[in-house]
Amino acid sequence: MAAIPKSGFIALNRFGFGARGDGDLAAAASDPRAFLLSELAEPGAALLDGPGLQKSQPALKAFFEEQDQRRLARQAMNEAAKAQQAPQTPPPAMAPDMTMQLPAGAPKPPPAPPSLEQAAYRAETMARVQRALSARAGFVERLVCFWSNHFCVSVSKGGPVRMLAGAYEREAIRPHVLGRFADMLKAVEQHQAMIFYLDNQQSIGPNSRAGQNRNKGLNENLAREILELHTLGVDGGYTQADVGALARIITGWTFVGREGKAGEPGAPVFLPNFHEPGAQTLLAKTYAQDGRAQGLAALDDLARNPATARHIAAKFARAFVADDPPPPLVARLAKNFTDTGGDLRALAATLVNADEAWSAPIGKLRSPYEFLVSAARATGFIPAQPQQIIGLLNNLGQPLWAPPGPNGYSDASAAWATPEGMKARLDIAARIAQRGGDAPDPLALLDQIAGAAAAPETRQAIARAESRQQGLTLLLMSPEMQRR
Amino acid sequence: MSHQPSRRAAIVTGGALFASAHLPRIASAAGARDPRLVVIVLRGALDGLSTVAPIGDPDYAPLHGALALGAQGANAALPLDGFFALNPAMTQFHRLYRARQALIFHAIATNYRERSHFDGQDVLESGQSAPGHTTSGWLNRTLAALPSGARIGPRGALGVGVTTPLILRGPAPTLGWAPPFIPSAGPDTATRLIDLYTHRDPQLAEALRRGLETDRMAKAAAGDMGRPADYNGVNGMRMAARGAAQIIAADDGPRVAALAFDGWDTHANEGGATGRLAQLLGGLDAAFGEFEQALGPKWRDAIVVAVTEFGRTARINGTTGTDHGTATVALAAGGALAGGRVIANWPGLAAGKLYQDRDLAPTTDLRAALKGLIADHLGVTASALAASVFPDTAALAPMRGLLAA
Repeated sequence: MAAIPKSGFIALNRFGFGARGDGDLAAAASDPRAFLLSELAEPGAALLDGPGLQKSQPALKAFFEEQDQRRLARQAMNEAAKAQQAPQTPPPAMAPDMTMQLPAGAPKPPPAPPSLEQAAYRAETMARVQRALSARAGFVERLVCFWSNHFCVSVSKGGPVRMLAGAYEREAIRPHVLGRFADMLKAVEQHQAMIFYLDNQQSIGPNSRAGQNRNKGLNENLAREILELHTLGVDGGYTQADVGALARIITGWTFVGREGKAGEPGAPVFLPNFHEPGAQTLLAKTYAQDGRAQGLAALDDLARNPATARHIAAKFARAFVADDPPPPLVARLAKNFTDTGGDLRALAATLVNADEAWSAPIGKLRSPYEFLVSAARATGFIPAQPQQIIGLLNNLGQPLWAPPGPNGYSDASAAWATPEGMKARLDIAARIAQRGGDAPDPLALLDQIAGAAAAPETRQAIARAESRQQGLTLLLMSPEMQRR
Repeated sequence: MSHQPSRRAAIVTGGALFASAHLPRIASAAGARDPRLVVIVLRGALDGLSTVAPIGDPDYAPLHGALALGAQGANAALPLDGFFALNPAMTQFHRLYRARQALIFHAIATNYRERSHFDGQDVLESGQSAPGHTTSGWLNRTLAALPSGARIGPRGALGVGVTTPLILRGPAPTLGWAPPFIPSAGPDTATRLIDLYTHRDPQLAEALRRGLETDRMAKAAAGDMGRPADYNGVNGMRMAARGAAQIIAADDGPRVAALAFDGWDTHANEGGATGRLAQLLGGLDAAFGEFEQALGPKWRDAIVVAVTEFGRTARINGTTGTDHGTATVALAAGGALAGGRVIANWPGLAAGKLYQDRDLAPTTDLRAALKGLIADHLGVTASALAASVFPDTAALAPMRGLLAA
């Protein structure tokens, strides 16, 4: 590694979330590959739990119950409105105001308590960001981000996804980030959040008992995205017939509704009455299993398909190394994926051990989330309230767990190097710089986060800044912080 | 140079000469007074020679070149005392000066003699004799040094902005207020960043340039002049001052406040009577006006003083701007002042008179002026000033005679 002078910087930035302050860069530079591989080797490195973080089933059950209460309350209000106007309660007497009245920015009356799904989304956001801030290199957290985005759900779909997005990542993604792809795939496609996001709870086999009783049928949404986005890729060699077959195979994969007819409300469940009976042919292979086993076998085969290996390898290399990654690197990652049966820890280690991953130019633009986390790690500025983090990510165009479509946020730099995106970054960088109560010396900080990798132009621009705040803004916006 | 003697005569070099004539007002009228003090920190180093121009100095116009203010013409500088004239953007301050409610200190500087903004601001705000002390500021320590029984101390001090400026950090209680808009990066920061990107990252340069242009057009289309996106724009300064003034005007509000305005680092296209610096000075001028208006009758017992970390070069540079220098001006306004004067021991701008052959030479220590204001306005003793507010300045007497009798 001695041949690559920026290797410590690359270890922290291309693979991780950047230096946290003094010491990280030196630690990374001493043996950059070992620095990253040691993080992969930590037992349970990708797992996340904490107070206030709920499991999906009880969370979804509580969500259902709150929805029911709200509905009842609305009904009661409507009825009360119909009846005679309620007697008006007199306004409470003014308490003697001991606080000074400020013309603006004065404390406002406390807002209404957040809904359950809002509270869960906030708690999960905070836990995720805190983990990214405290991680040594942040490579494992970057892997979590990659896989979570690969298998994305969106909270804009509705309350259930907002309630479950964080739990979904903790239950279906994190346990397998350093495990096997097939296990992640199967966990994802059976999780309540994904089922709801891509409508599989509505998908009913036309020849199932429910299908024959009701005038309802198949919904191909989840099956199509499994083939197009999650496994084979759009050019992966499947046909519309395969989409239909997979859709039928996974009919009945759903979760227990609010009434609790098939178990605890909110629990994942297989409903035989929804499941299309009989054998199905997917990608020229016949699946004759009964029940859920049919779909699990199909997903195992999809995970093993060479098209999946190529699709994942190209996306993995693009996300970490370059928008147009070197073909030999992609080929090596695909081969490793196939040879190891989709061992994702091995895939990550293969990337670390690939020379291309260290020699490629530092050209990837950080995503807004990466930018915010790395800026927070560098400056120590951490919003106290999750709403602030949520607001900043919204302003930057990357609301958490809310991509515009099931293909997730783009891995390509061009998607983020937009005029409005860069203007938003600049404004937020200025706000971060103004907030630092004890603003760090921006030149010292540049040394801490970039060291010898800092360009003389950047050093000069920061040195000439008219204030620490301006210097810090320029540092946060410098190519050293924006590119990786 | 017939004006030089009068400049010298106007200076107040030490306490001894005036001590008998100017007993602290607090002593004679204790209980009756309710003084207010506002400090505005101008970050980036204000060009004193383009703010208060020594038009009577024959070396000024040749040195300051295209940026020099003149006594004649469409944008003539506003006359002060025949020797100095004020940037025409500062009409309110000029009115206050003529009403003897504004004072100007010239050829003034802190004791810092290097040219780093960061260190210079540290010295200016910490009140320490060297950079590197960033735990507390002199304005905060002033509160702690007030005589017991003073009405000011318990009310704390107001810091304007999303973060407490160093000048106000420390043990005494402070409260914060930020103007009700989201501050965005100022145009100067954007210009510097685009310059960096142009050298390092053309793709980001292009994206940011277009983003800023779109933002500008959107604001122009909305006619959104009353709501500045830029904290440091003219309207931003006005709004920050108005909000702060309303807070300190309240009977139960704090009596001391600090604000910081950025953007004074005019290396390129500084402008003189018009242009970038004149625009900024217009914002500062508006801020003085807002304080006067919002304080109403309390203006009579108020002082608002604007200070900067250092000055700028006497000569203009190759990009029609000025680089980091040494001495500059400090501007004070308020009904409590014995105003209508430019206080300066004018060093001259002739060859051999410039500091290190490039800057206006410092002849007055800013700390002496600040000590004088604090001593006579707030009643802090000279020994407390030297011990805790501006440490190690026992030999530097507070400047006397700054307040109206």
